[in-house]
Order: sequence, then C-alpha cells, then structure tokens
Amino acid sequence: MAHRETFYEVMRQHGITRRSFLKFCSLTAAGLGMGPEFAMKIAHALETKPRTPVIWLHGLECTCCTESFIRSGHPLASDVILSMISLDYDDTLMAAAGHQAEELLEQTIEKYDGNYILAVEGNPPLNEDGMYCIQGGQPFVEKLRHMADHCKAIIAWGSCASWGCVQAARPNPTRATPVHKVIRNKPIVKVPGCPPIAEVMTGVITYMIAFDALPELDRQGRPKMFYSQRLHDKCYRRPHFDAGQFVERFDDEGARKGYCLYKVGCKGPTTYNACSTLEWNDGLSWPVKSGHGCLGCAEDDFWDKGSFYSAVTNMKVMGSAEADADKVGKVLAGAAAIGVAAHAAASVVSHMSDKSRKEVRHD
Amino acid sequence: MTNKAAVEGHSLANIQPTYVFEAPVRIWHWLHALSIFVLCVTGYFIAYPLPSVGGEASNHFLMGTFRWLHFVAAYVFTIGFLVRIYWAFVGNRYARELFVLPIHKAEWWKDLIHEVKYYGFMTRKSHKILGHNPLAQSAMFFFNVILTLFLIVTGFALYAEGLGQGSWADKMFGWAIPLLGGSLNTKMWHLTAMWLMLVFVVIHIYMAIRADIMSRESSISTIIGGWRMYKDDLP
Repeated sequence: MAHRETFYEVMRQHGITRRSFLKFCSLTAAGLGMGPEFAMKIAHALETKPRTPVIWLHGLECTCCTESFIRSGHPLASDVILSMISLDYDDTLMAAAGHQAEELLEQTIEKYDGNYILAVEGNPPLNEDGMYCIQGGQPFVEKLRHMADHCKAIIAWGSCASWGCVQAARPNPTRATPVHKVIRNKPIVKVPGCPPIAEVMTGVITYMIAFDALPELDRQGRPKMFYSQRLHDKCYRRPHFDAGQFVERFDDEGARKGYCLYKVGCKGPTTYNACSTLEWNDGLSWPVKSGHGCLGCAEDDFWDKGSFYSAVTNMKVMGSAEADADKVGKVLAGAAAIGVAAHAAASVVSHMSDKSRKEVRHD
Repeated sequence: MTNKAAVEGHSLANIQPTYVFEAPVRIWHWLHALSIFVLCVTGYFIAYPLPSVGGEASNHFLMGTFRWLHFVAAYVFTIGFLVRIYWAFVGNRYARELFVLPIHKAEWWKDLIHEVKYYGFMTRKSHKILGHNPLAQSAMFFFNVILTLFLIVTGFALYAEGLGQGSWADKMFGWAIPLLGGSLNTKMWHLTAMWLMLVFVVIHIYMAIRADIMSRESSISTIIGGWRMYKDDLP
C-alpha cells in the first residue's frame, strides 16, 4: 500500500512551521483541559498517524458553524485545522465545484472506507422524500446516509445537526430532523450551539483525529470537556445572582452595574456550553459580558421555548395555545380555590335545607 | 376503609375510638406540610427573585439563602418520604393506604363512587371512615406519592446541575433532564408540579376542615392525636 501521509506532513506542505505546529499542540491540549504532557502526545500522534480525512457536509443550515470555525480565535489553530480538513470535502470551503466536487466524495469512500470522519453541519429535511434540500441532484438525506455508511464516526456540528434548530421549529414544515434520528448505526458526537464556539469545534476535531477516539460524552452525546457545566456555573456575574442583584430592565441601574440577567430571561442557568470560560472571538466577549442574557442556543428546542426574555419557559396547553408554567399554575390553583369556596357554600346550603326538612344527615 | 358494621342501629361499639395514625405517620404529615410550605415559598422566589438589593454583592446572599433553604427543606421532604415508605412496611394497615390503591376490589370502586356522589351532593349518606375514604386515598396516592416522587426526582436532577456531572445526585437523578427535554423544561415541570401540589393543599385543607365539621368522624384531631373518634353510635 502506498505511503499514507501523516497530519504533520500535510501541515508542513501547507507551510506550517514546526514551531507553529508545536504551539498548536500545546494550545489544543490546554483547550481540551489536559495537562502539559498531552501536548507532546498530540504532537506525536499527528506526526506518526496517517491523516484521517474529514468530510464536511452541509444540510439545511445557515453556515454559521463554518463562519464560526474559520474565525477560530487562534488563527494558528484555524490554519492548522483547515489544512487538515479542507483537503477533502467541504462544499463551502473547497475550491472544487460541481461534478468534480461530488466525485471527491466517492474517491474518499474508495480510499478511506470506514476510516474518515463525517462532519455534518445542518440537518436533513425528511418531508416530501427530502426534496426540501437538494444537492447535486439528489436529496441531502440520501447523500448523508450514503456518506454515513462508510464513515468511522460523525460530528454533528451546531444545533441544527444536534437538535434540529430553527428550521425544525413548530410546525416544522420540512420535517427537519437532527442527524442522530436519521443515522443510528454510527457513533455521533454532538457539538451544539448556534454556532458552536470555534475553539470547541477545533478542540473536538483535533481530539478525534489525534487520539483516534471519541471524546468522553455526556448523556445527551455532547463532549464532557466543553459541555459538562452550565454557563451559570462559571458566569462572572454569578455573585450578583447569589446576592440577589438583578437587571430588571435593560436600561436600569442594575444593567449599568452589570447585575445578573436572570430576570430578563438569561438562560445561563439551564444551558450547557463553554461560553463563560472560553468566550467568543478570541476570548473577547460573550453574550452575558455584552449585557444580554444567554438565549440557550446550545440547548435542545431552545427555539420553541417561549420568550428569550422570560426566565420561565412556556408549555403547550390545550393543543396549540401557549402559556408559561405559572399562568397555568395560577389558573389551576385559582380554580381549586373557587371550587372549594363553591363547594363550601353548597355544603352549608345543603346542610341548612336538610335541617329544615328535619332529616337526619346520616339517615 | 369503610366500616360497615354488621350490627344495625345504635351500638356502643360504633362509637369506640380507633388508633389510626401512628406517631411516625403524624410526624411525617406535619414535617411534609412544613417542608412543602418552605419549598413553595423559596421555590417561587428562586423562579421569580425579589427586587434587587443594593450595595456590594459581597454584602448579600439573598438568592443563596433562598436556595440554601430550598435545599434543606428538600432534604427534609425527601428523607421524610423515605422514612414514611419504610413505615408503610412496619406500621399498621392505615400506614399502607397511601401507597397501595386496592383497585382489584369491587367494593373499593363502589365506595369511591359513593364518595364522589356524597361530595357531589347526590346522596346524604356518609360512610364512617377509619383511615382514608377511597376518594381521599386516590388523591393521596396521586399527589403525595406520584407527585412527591416527581418533585423529588426533578428537584434533585436540577440540584445535580449545581453539584456537577458525576456527582451522586447526577448519577441517581441526572437521567430525568434529557428525558424531560432539557434543563429548562425540567425546571418548568418542577414548577408546574409545585402548582399541582398547591392545588392539592387547597383542596386537602378544605376537605379536612369540612370533614371535621360535617362528617361523622374526627378529622383534624386525628392527624394530631392519632385517634379516630365518632360523633354518633350509628354504624
């Protein structure tokens, strides 16, 4: 068999210096929350292992995952990673187009059957046999199934691939369906977020290709290294929450003082992501830091959970009407109180009428 | 349990008090009630915090205190319930009524329909009750066993989020969060369950007072002293 080049060789061909390569390895080890000794392990793996190709498919999506990815805060990391993956297939980033591009997919299957990673951005719509998303003349769902059949593992990029996202919002006319509900026979790593944080994306992909293994996943299939804590747990405004200091309106004194945004609907307490630690745009800021609550974009169904500015989510009552839990609760408790009062009144009336008829209450 | 004595008419046997609720059951009842009260108040202020306090954050711990009280009351609620389950095994027959609905008995259903009729003013006849009447027993089962378990599971699942993945609470209850559709939904169901519990509290207190005044047996004094007493010597 012909020599299969290593990641390191590919990087060198793309003009990455050894010094940059080692810096990248240290950075990634730190990003993954590993000790310094892992930097050398990553370097070793990338130097010796044959390169695992990554195929990056785009379904029903807005390309914000790709936008986030190519803006990876550390230009170094993005250069390195891009040189690793863009070689194969990413219809947004690659130079090839049309039949030429589609041919690459078949070539990859031929050369690396069962050995490549399938990264999916977006999801397949299933209604009308998948006709709402056509690529190269065929429904995206068929392309996805075909590529998934031959891959080693799948990365579900973003909330589209992981949960469905806005295109799956009620009533979901195209029946946009997250990847794990279409592909059931391959390991899937969900990297939710709309989009996910760039460093999270590069971290996950590097871990998978360097260690040839899936990162440890939580119950919902998200890598624990980035999704094991809520934003709330590491939020720099948390002391204001514990103290009971809240922004009540976006133009009040509390907002100016940087109080907790819980009462204006921040979903930090119910959202698992790394925003409050890694932050965005090279650690420049993140939603809460800029004075707006978290929308919970990394959580399943965040698009259908009522107002972004309410701390309590809505529930469906009586079919399609929506109300928040407390409105429903207050109505129920109110109805119970009225019912009790009415019953008490009726009891008194019946008691009086019994008495007037001189009947014995208990026969 | 209805007591349909074979003896017709007046008899001293019909007025004989019975020891129904043993001490652990009574203590649990009042602890349960107290913890529900604390949990509802603190829980509501966790969902809807009070107006902001001023000054330095380091000088206050208002939300922290509400949460702390909520957790303490939650432990009382949960451990109390566990002890109550234990007592269902070792206590008297009335201690088991909460947990087991005798739905296989035709008589139980008949009595249930009777109670519905009685409270619907369709009959004036009231049965003498020793433990819980079937209607009360069903309510107890759904609100104080099923709903209580639901509150415990969702509550500790949410508590586990703070303790972190891999914590004991996460291992035992963390599964509830994906099952209910995520953290925010779990919170919503937990809150909804609180409202259902309040609905129960309203009806329960009313029924207890009403029974004390209008029915033929003691009600409020029974959950304080344990003895069921009767106001007449008829069956």
